[in-house]
Amino acid sequence: MSVLVFAENTQGKFKKSTFEIVSYASAAAKQLNTTVTALSIGDVSDEELNKLSKYGASKILSSNNDKLKTFNVQPYASVIAQAAKGEDAKVVVMSASFSGKGLAPRVAVKLEAGLAENAVDLPKTDSGFVVKKGAYSGKAFAQVELLSVVKVISVMPNSYKVVENVLAAAISKFEAQLSDKDFVVTIKETVRASDAISLPDAELVVSAGRGMKGPENWGMIEELAKILGAATACSKPVSDAGWRPHSEHVGQTGIAISPNLYLAIGISGAIQHLAGVSSSKVIVVVNKDPEAPFFKAADYGIVGDAFEVVPKLIESAKIFMASQN
Amino acid sequence: MKILVCISHVPDTTAKINFTSDNKEFVSAGVTFIINPYDEIALARAIELTEGSGGSVTAITVGDVTTEPTIRKALAIGAADAVRINAAPKDAYFTAKQIAEYVKQNSYDMILCGRESSDYNGSSVPVMIAEMLGIPSVSSSKKLTVEGTSATIEREIEGGKEIVSVPMPFVAGASEGMAEPKIPNMRGIMSARTKPLKVVEPVAVSELTKVLSYDKPVQRSTVKMISPDDAGKLWEMIREEKKVI
Repeated sequence: MSVLVFAENTQGKFKKSTFEIVSYASAAAKQLNTTVTALSIGDVSDEELNKLSKYGASKILSSNNDKLKTFNVQPYASVIAQAAKGEDAKVVVMSASFSGKGLAPRVAVKLEAGLAENAVDLPKTDSGFVVKKGAYSGKAFAQVELLSVVKVISVMPNSYKVVENVLAAAISKFEAQLSDKDFVVTIKETVRASDAISLPDAELVVSAGRGMKGPENWGMIEELAKILGAATACSKPVSDAGWRPHSEHVGQTGIAISPNLYLAIGISGAIQHLAGVSSSKVIVVVNKDPEAPFFKAADYGIVGDAFEVVPKLIESAKIFMASQN
Repeated sequence: MKILVCISHVPDTTAKINFTSDNKEFVSAGVTFIINPYDEIALARAIELTEGSGGSVTAITVGDVTTEPTIRKALAIGAADAVRINAAPKDAYFTAKQIAEYVKQNSYDMILCGRESSDYNGSSVPVMIAEMLGIPSVSSSKKLTVEGTSATIEREIEGGKEIVSVPMPFVAGASEGMAEPKIPNMRGIMSARTKPLKVVEPVAVSELTKVLSYDKPVQRSTVKMISPDDAGKLWEMIREEKKVI
């Protein structure tokens, strides 16, 4: 048996969330007295593939051909399920990324495996196999027991730390049997903002709400985010009003995030918003209303007008970041 | 065009979430239940797509009799008929299996779901239905248009978007932007009472997962207030006290 981890790449490179799940798989494998096989699909160089062995993978499989160069849910799920069978994997680990959310349920059905989505911690394996996962849109966690022989876990980005564990790993090619039925979806266009930091993966997030009064005032939010190397986010009323794109909306009906630092500017903190950000490690709230409910869920609070406070945060962040380098 | 819309019966987004003292069960007393917000988007788009084209929208839910007001609301919004699979949804696999089995008996051109439900947030049911039926699935779909027997869908990806062409039948998970949720009007509410609601008994499904207990996020210790004049000290404070930057 083994633990199989799907190492997702973005344009040939592995992101931090991939190293997080390889580290996760490595810790889970240790509990189960077994080893980790990492599977990469698509065009990834050997140099990049070798990075997977730094975080505990002792075997690396690379599946690539012309048809697998770009992400496509159905063939990718087929490759993962076949690799899991080939490796006799009892646990399959993926990231709960946009791609992972499309893959994990398919892989689980193919393997008749119980699935724990959005896992936030390592499985408990002393009796049974129990995974802690998010539930009720961040308002709770569920302890889910996976009863099947094979288990599939998708791990929330930023919920497990990258841990170095350098092993010697050989890279081998993996050829899966794919049929035309796997390729009925055609990708017509992919648009990726090259410089933007992906919100679900971001360690630092600067978010703003209606307190900013209008989309024309977002310059200072973007400037602060840029200085900190943070992603930008917004509240639901802001995306509903079209001030910012829906993809920036965090909260119960938007994206749930768990960054190291969440800085909320001019957001009152409705229960639906709190649900999506409550797993943030540190929350800072800037609001001119001292009664804003968000202060009760914050680690640091500043009562003040965003238009006065944010420029101060920008100036001090410049000095702070310069002192870090 | 026949569209099936999957409706999940979930606690209102403003609801406080509480569990029984042994943390094993969700306490539903005093909680208002609604159509999952993303499912409302899927339903609205399905109605738009069939308006004037002679198609029809069927709403389906997996739930016991207490979910009927929720599925009736889907009828009030504009679904032509509804199906309730008479079983408490145990997990995503169970729910998807019930819907997939129903679809095998009654073919549809398109199955629309919300991209995730606000209770379990797994985003799994739409994808599992597609895998069980051997058809394509598109997650986090922000736009959906139909040309003949295929659809063009814009879906969200890390740091961007992707436009895909998908042949029917397929399953799509609706996200914000696909349509504006519709509010039922009085005529819709009146007609919903007489629209057909079929109750179907569930198929047997092997149990793959089981929720043992729930817990709530740890409450933060008291907030540390900083005067706006000292805002510039925030970064040093976070570094020294929390070590996250």
